[in-house]
Amino acid sequence: MGVLLSSTILRKVAMALSGLFLMLFLLQHFAINITSVFSEEIFNQFSHFMGINPIVQFLLQPVLIFGVIFHFVMGFVLDIQNRRARGTRYAVYKGNANASWVSRNMLISGATILAFLALHFYDFWVPEINYKYIEVLPEDPNRYYEELVHKFEDFTRVILYVISFFFLALHLSHGFSSSFQSMGFNNKYTPVLKSIGKVYAIGIPAGFAFIAIFHFLNH
Amino acid sequence: MKLKLKIWRQENAAAKGSIQTYSLDGVSPDMSFLEMMDVLNEQLMEQGIDPVAFDHDCREGICGSCSMFINGEAHGPDRLVTTCQLHMRKFKDGDTIHIEPFRAKPFPVIKDLVVDRTAFDRIQHAGGFVSVNTSGNTQDANAIPIEKADADKAFDAATCIGCGACVATCKNASAMLFVSAKVSQYALLPQGQVEATDRVLNMVSQMDEEGFGNCTNTGACEVECPKGISLENIARMNREYLSANVKG
Repeated sequence: MGVLLSSTILRKVAMALSGLFLMLFLLQHFAINITSVFSEEIFNQFSHFMGINPIVQFLLQPVLIFGVIFHFVMGFVLDIQNRRARGTRYAVYKGNANASWVSRNMLISGATILAFLALHFYDFWVPEINYKYIEVLPEDPNRYYEELVHKFEDFTRVILYVISFFFLALHLSHGFSSSFQSMGFNNKYTPVLKSIGKVYAIGIPAGFAFIAIFHFLNH
Repeated sequence: MKLKLKIWRQENAAAKGSIQTYSLDGVSPDMSFLEMMDVLNEQLMEQGIDPVAFDHDCREGICGSCSMFINGEAHGPDRLVTTCQLHMRKFKDGDTIHIEPFRAKPFPVIKDLVVDRTAFDRIQHAGGFVSVNTSGNTQDANAIPIEKADADKAFDAATCIGCGACVATCKNASAMLFVSAKVSQYALLPQGQVEATDRVLNMVSQMDEEGFGNCTNTGACEVECPKGISLENIARMNREYLSANVKG
């Protein structure tokens, strides 16, 4: 950890790698969730597998939680350092003349996603941990779909989720291509990569929003 | 043209500065920004007011001396020019122009609009050179063939004049564009390979020691750079740095 904090470039690379890891996770999360739109049975099968598989539960889940915490803590640390590096603020600073709002405000979009994660963990992760490890209720491979649908019956929750997905899209639209630049990838394929990044940044959050709205309207 | 100028005035490094407002009449649209500042200073001296201190030298856009943060942008609203090449025709009669020094912790204000940019010199001294014995043994420049594409990229990187606009404009006061240009101009050439590992490690280490911020890839530096130094150089420096760390 100390080594990571010792160099500006290593800090960038650490942010990029943790960001890419979280984007991979997001893709996997979406791939499973979208099945709930087509088939209750497939969604339950996937969820049950993820819920009881020891590699997922005791290796991937802790790594994921570490990745999330690391990305957020590092983001805040970097922001504090960056503010210190400026010293005296400018009286007039025209940030929009040379950089997009999204790229300049990753902390705002990131903090919104952090707040969303608190809600999301309260909604799904806490009840899940309670079910399996605290109350130790009998395993039911068909409970997942009902639990998901039940959450999205609440209009306020759907609105909060959709707003959060909008900020997620903003965060990803800079984060995707930025992470490759940080790792030293900038060549003739960069324009293609940026396009893939835009598709991912809009597609994944829009897909998540669709799932939430779909279940709200269907039930 | 008649202008209202809001200029940062600061007696010395220790003094607390503030923005002062001056009116200036009779500004020609054909004047450069620095000529406008000269006219203002003559007016101030006639009034018995200390003239505004600002850096300048060649006034041809190649020395990197002039700075100034004009209306919220390094070197003002024009693109690919330094302040000395910025012309008053870019402004309108009656405009209010805000003029501040380049701001960054590693660029402390010396007086008014003059800042200490020797942090860049120290970064250069840490590795921005090739050690060549020039005492009568100089090799012919064309003896080592270099691919045109690499030569062009190296030359593009070498056009960096070290003015500090990248630091001034970056929301994080990061010096990555400057340092990456200096690393790249050698990294792309065979002459730079001998000291490549030490160069990137030492220059980045010095950059960090000076207290510049972290790059967050906003791209503002590339837009405001008077020489159009590309972000590609930052990616190259990151690659060089990572491979240098692996090599040790």
